[in-house]
Amino acid sequence: MNKKHLLLLCAIFSLIVVMASCEKIFPPAPADDRLLDGPVADLTGGQNRQFLNGDIAFNDEVFTTETGLGPVFVATSCGSCHAGDGKGHPFSTLIRFTAAKDSTGNTVLDQGPTQLQNRAIPGFLPEQLPRNVPFSKFTPPANTGLGFIDLVPDADLLAMADPDDLNGDGISGAVNWNKIPPYVTIRKNTVVKNGLYICRFGKKGSVYDLLQQTATAYNQDMGITSSFEPVDTYSGLEIDPEVSDKTVNDVVFYLKTLKAPIQRMPGDPEVVKGKAVFIRIGCESCHKQTLTTGTSTIAALSNRQFYPYTDLLLHDMGNALDDGFTEGSAKTSEWKTPALWGLGLSKNSQGGRYFLLHDGRARSIEEAILFHGGEGLKSKTSFQGLGAEEKSSLIHFLESL
Amino acid sequence: MKGNLIFILLSAAGLCCRAQINPDLLKKPAGDTTGLQLNMDAVYKRPFMNLGKTPVAVGGYVEANYQYLNEDGISEGHQFQMRRFTFFLSSAVNKRIRFLSELEFEDGTREISLEFASVDFELASLLNIRGGIIMNPIGAFNQNHDGPKWEFVDRPISATRLLPATWSNAGFGIFGKQYTGNWVYAYEAYLTNGFDDKIISNSGNRTSLPATKENRERFEESFNGIPLFTGKVALRHKKLGELGLSYMGGIYNKFEEDGLTLDKKRSVRTFALDLNTTLAKTGTFINGEWAWLAVDVPETYTEQFGRKQAGGFVDIVQPLLKRRMLDFPDAVLNAALRLEYADFNQGTFSSTGTNIADHVYSIVPAVSWRPSAQTVLRLNYRYQWKTDLLGNPPARTAGFQAGFSTYF
Repeated sequence: MNKKHLLLLCAIFSLIVVMASCEKIFPPAPADDRLLDGPVADLTGGQNRQFLNGDIAFNDEVFTTETGLGPVFVATSCGSCHAGDGKGHPFSTLIRFTAAKDSTGNTVLDQGPTQLQNRAIPGFLPEQLPRNVPFSKFTPPANTGLGFIDLVPDADLLAMADPDDLNGDGISGAVNWNKIPPYVTIRKNTVVKNGLYICRFGKKGSVYDLLQQTATAYNQDMGITSSFEPVDTYSGLEIDPEVSDKTVNDVVFYLKTLKAPIQRMPGDPEVVKGKAVFIRIGCESCHKQTLTTGTSTIAALSNRQFYPYTDLLLHDMGNALDDGFTEGSAKTSEWKTPALWGLGLSKNSQGGRYFLLHDGRARSIEEAILFHGGEGLKSKTSFQGLGAEEKSSLIHFLESL
Repeated sequence: MKGNLIFILLSAAGLCCRAQINPDLLKKPAGDTTGLQLNMDAVYKRPFMNLGKTPVAVGGYVEANYQYLNEDGISEGHQFQMRRFTFFLSSAVNKRIRFLSELEFEDGTREISLEFASVDFELASLLNIRGGIIMNPIGAFNQNHDGPKWEFVDRPISATRLLPATWSNAGFGIFGKQYTGNWVYAYEAYLTNGFDDKIISNSGNRTSLPATKENRERFEESFNGIPLFTGKVALRHKKLGELGLSYMGGIYNKFEEDGLTLDKKRSVRTFALDLNTTLAKTGTFINGEWAWLAVDVPETYTEQFGRKQAGGFVDIVQPLLKRRMLDFPDAVLNAALRLEYADFNQGTFSSTGTNIADHVYSIVPAVSWRPSAQTVLRLNYRYQWKTDLLGNPPARTAGFQAGFSTYF
């Protein structure tokens, strides 16, 4: 090999090395505060491994007819409804309905709400929504920070509740008392009333914990039975589990350990100003900024302050948001205060547009505010009275969450 | 004892056979595999080595590479891959009866497939009968996919993830071609076993013709008893290049079993347009393919599975240097560029009326060096934008791939 050839080879080799080591030609990782997915900090190696197992089951595992999908279903995978662990799109909105109302306007609870199975594998027919029944549409919520919410002690929720508005501020706030399935693990110091437990997950706050949420979603959303929820949605018969306990538990762990959304530019003057407006017009009465977790076997979640902007309580939201449908002890006009953390990143998981409130009917933050009624009416009226600048600051603050 | 005797005899026969294979008897016909033939001729124009004076010829190609890719700041690190080891065996049974085969090992031994094994009977230039395992002539890449012919490490996305390249099936058909001056016209028409319902029931969570490749039984049994038709016409001018139009269609689902109706018949239809040309003035080689797919997905199934798909690629290869390099007398240094796009779901959401995204774009600049026409060393840089179903901000992938591919 002559010198010329050696030089050529060196040049090619150097080119490869330079290119492979040049960070600028690779897409950068988005900043942590621009992403909703990812684990809480300080998990152990073993916990990270379980998180990854759950991540794969949640985001990558797609059910097919061969692996148990349906035969009637809403979605083919968890990830279909929760892109990037953010809020969902109307495409994956589900419908729940009940057969009738009782005399108080509440549903006949002993019949239980039913989830419409609006899709079907080939050869089967999906369910049709019966006429003249109360129903609600539910756009998939974001998954972030759920482990923190799971760990708020019942006593803290009861301390925030004021169901009879004894303090006269126009805001009541009630916990959702509901029956729980036998497989859930009862929280330490949980409060029980007449055999009913304080629940906190779901738009009506009617689900006790993340295991119930996960096992029910496998069953009701994808038609996948587990040892926890063994009854097939189509036949009504108990069948063999189509997903293992391990997988369900991994997914529960994944959901528990997804990080809390990180606020962007909290020190920005516009954001600071917007936050002051938020508090001044009473939004923080329900959208509580700070909650605290109890103790947990997952050290990264134990005894932590976090900032979800929710009180996890039910509030009357007025007639416009009363679908005539409910779950647990919630009245039909009552909705659990949705957490506002991650709100500004919602568009990144909803296809570039906002679909807010329980059914995605609000296409902007401002529109969502204007849908507030009932206990939220006073704040809405205050918002309407704001000048353009203050409104803008408030929206700026909410988008920073 | 009998078994041992047979073993000894077979071993002895093997030794004899090995003794007969003298390297001098392996005659390698000269041939430029980057030359301009019809895509349908690709299976014949491989650089086989004849086994002495026997009618049997062998050959194959191998490709291996290194890659470092990064998606949104996260990389799986440095990867070394043995992508393919492919073995050809052909035989001229008679002057007008030929057997050709292609056995491929992908990713080591993760996937072993007999991609092609057919017998061709030549009745006339315009009428040949082919039977066995054939490569359905949809698009050009499926027919002409040997690694050493391409300047890019990855196969085109539209050819492998929209169309199911390499896609072959058991079946029969006819083909032929006619030369007229500077023109050559060709056609192919085959009936083969076809797709199955994995098209809409797969772990990719989208309509996927390639998902059917998991069904190995298709070489032995049709999924639903309805033949898949694949037809292609191609036209080539000696100076202008080649244009191909192809269609593949059939029924993909199991609509009845044991005489009982399970579902209505659901169709899959695929059209492809391919063209290639070499610009005489610059020697620039341009090669492209575009495919349109329509799949009858049940209305009551999820919109996640697209009813229409489309996509394609265009490769531009510019020779920069043609001269002796590193003692290779006819070495060529090329610069190349691939632009590609695949839309896996061309529908709209019924809930919002907005476009369903689920698409991917990529751009791949490349440098390749061919010490001979049958060997290529290539360095690619890939930048890719992949958008999910909902149209959320795309996942961006970028990185380098370097490797070789050579016939042997």
